[in-house]
Amino acid sequence: MSVRSLPLLFLNLGGEMLYILDQRLRAQNIPADKARKDEWTEVDRKRVMNDIITTMFNKKFLEELFKPQELYSRKALRAIYDRLAHCSIMRLNQASMDKLYDLMTMAFKYQVLLCPRPKDVLLVTFNHLDSIKDFIRDSPAIMNQVDETFRQVIEVYGCLSAGEFHLIRQTLLIFFQDMHIRVSIFLKDKIQNSNGRFVLPISGPVPWGTEVPGLIRMFNDKGEEVKRVEFKHGGQYVRAQSEGSFDLYGDRVLTLGTNIYSVSRPVETHVSGASKNSALNTKESTAPNSLAKEELNFLARLMGGMEINKNSGPEPGFRLNLFTTDEEEEHAALTRPEELSYQVINIQAAQDQQRNEELSRIMGEFEVHDQPQQSTSKGDDLLAMMDEL
Amino acid sequence: MYRREPPVSMRAWPAALYNNLCVLSVPAPRLTQFALVHGPNVQLLSAASDGLPLFQRQLHAKEGAGLSFPLVTQAYWCVLPFRVLLVLTSQRGIQMYESDGSVMVYWHALDSGDAPPAQALFARGIAASGHYICVGTWSGRVLVFDVPAKGPNIVLSEELDEHRVPITDIAAEPAQGQDCVADMVTADDSGLLCVWKSGPEFKLLTRISGFGTPCPSVRLWQGTVAAGYGDGQIRIFEASSGALHVQINAHARGICALDLAPEAGKLLSGAEDSFVHIWKLSRNPDSGCIEVEHCHAECVTDTQVCGARFCDPRGSSFAVTGYDLAEILRYSCV
Repeated sequence: MSVRSLPLLFLNLGGEMLYILDQRLRAQNIPADKARKDEWTEVDRKRVMNDIITTMFNKKFLEELFKPQELYSRKALRAIYDRLAHCSIMRLNQASMDKLYDLMTMAFKYQVLLCPRPKDVLLVTFNHLDSIKDFIRDSPAIMNQVDETFRQVIEVYGCLSAGEFHLIRQTLLIFFQDMHIRVSIFLKDKIQNSNGRFVLPISGPVPWGTEVPGLIRMFNDKGEEVKRVEFKHGGQYVRAQSEGSFDLYGDRVLTLGTNIYSVSRPVETHVSGASKNSALNTKESTAPNSLAKEELNFLARLMGGMEINKNSGPEPGFRLNLFTTDEEEEHAALTRPEELSYQVINIQAAQDQQRNEELSRIMGEFEVHDQPQQSTSKGDDLLAMMDEL
Repeated sequence: MYRREPPVSMRAWPAALYNNLCVLSVPAPRLTQFALVHGPNVQLLSAASDGLPLFQRQLHAKEGAGLSFPLVTQAYWCVLPFRVLLVLTSQRGIQMYESDGSVMVYWHALDSGDAPPAQALFARGIAASGHYICVGTWSGRVLVFDVPAKGPNIVLSEELDEHRVPITDIAAEPAQGQDCVADMVTADDSGLLCVWKSGPEFKLLTRISGFGTPCPSVRLWQGTVAAGYGDGQIRIFEASSGALHVQINAHARGICALDLAPEAGKLLSGAEDSFVHIWKLSRNPDSGCIEVEHCHAECVTDTQVCGARFCDPRGSSFAVTGYDLAEILRYSCV
């Protein structure tokens, strides 16, 4: 379908990832003068955020990203975020990474679904980019990179027709299809139902440029209005007050895509599985090999452009846990439903030796070589700290 | 008034596409057949009045060079004078099956031709007019296939080259005699409508210009064009002249599906605002103008409607599908 949807998907999911990581790192950090070597500090948080944003907005990588291309599966895309999340000193294990990706995708699915007009997915993207700029306002070099991308988004998408945005929206919604993970912050805010489906409001402002429903106008052969009849629509809508700004700076009006997490509203650790309606027999699961080949090419192209700073050297990787406790994290890893498994290795579990090697080569760079085994790892005491809060 | 009947449950969630439901009534054992698109495949199922699915079949978009899993854009039963064919459009081309989906009788691959690299290739918009099946494409071109009474000798007989942007939907109705020659209408991404007279050579009768807003769904009834737009508006035009007769602020979000019950003049509209409306069309005996009356509103809670169809020509029952909803909802008159 639309060959223009990948950049929007990547930037928005990336934005959600940064919101979650930022909140988790803030919640776990310790004043520098009190921190042991293995504990998170504000300096570490900034470093992780800077490293990830620098990698995300790498020029060569974005060049590949903005080339017109089809969307690949959620599994393939996850490999990119896996790599992105590990481009700095932070380390996430499988269960935490799964959860991070679940939260990101459900958040953006909600934003795409609730977008007033298909075109407004751009405003959602701008909200994410605005927030990303806020994260790195002390680093002018990275800021330039982000602004460059910002301009590119405006240049590529500013001239697309409404029909093309409809196609982008349809393509994104197909990408998110069959994903019904319940996220507790959404359940608590009553924007998601217990069956995993989102709540669609039938009141409030209509999209910019849309008339409030409820009126029938009839015209004669000369085009003169001859009759007006009102009807009961069933919703409680009002006119939209203003349109969000599609410029580099400005009021986006739309709040979808802004940061919903804060210290007082932490990233909830509870993610529950899909509703049990997964007897789905999609082709994806029946023919993994040909899929893997295309996806590998896709990954190789994109990741080839991702420059990973390999000077993390002898430093221990800092572990970040997306769950409240280690036990919870372990439990999540064990009980994750099969159909939600993202393990990229599964794609190429087949015979093809060469392909195996290719993927290993691509993935190799973000494998956690120096995963801290010793108890001096920074992550370990974070949980204890959390308990005291 | 319409009342909800037991839904038909499915194993797949419909994709958020335009007109993502097709209904074929089988009179003999009183079955209703449904076809809907889920990503790379199409679900066919038939159900009796109690809602229990009796028969299910899955069809896949034909693969080819390049993309492994082309997505299906639409599935539609074309009722021709002597046979019924199920037509699928996808990113790769056009597939025509016997009506139960058992045998593929014809395949037409899309020609990427001189498409610019950023152009998405697909076919979309299907209708049957006489013994012709018309299918729209990404370039705006409409392909006309001549279908024999039986057998696979389907021939591409004509290409209609009026639209410049992707086709969204096509509608047709049997010609109503001398004074009403318009029997097909094509719609596109810019909202442009073209009204045609079908035949060995299709003839363009009128162009009704759009407003830049896509027209995802269009219907034709007794020389009247009903068009549903991406901004929630429904407009009713005189097909022969293109004159606007009715404009309805119908929905708060984009309309995804329109349908017409020809025997009753009822119009069904479904949109992303989670509402389904039923309207009654009639011709004012004095002025001859088309008038519209609102009959029924139905809120399908938390569902972005992507397909809505009447299940009988009198419009006494209809079915609705929604993105992420693993059921076909059914309603009937009380």
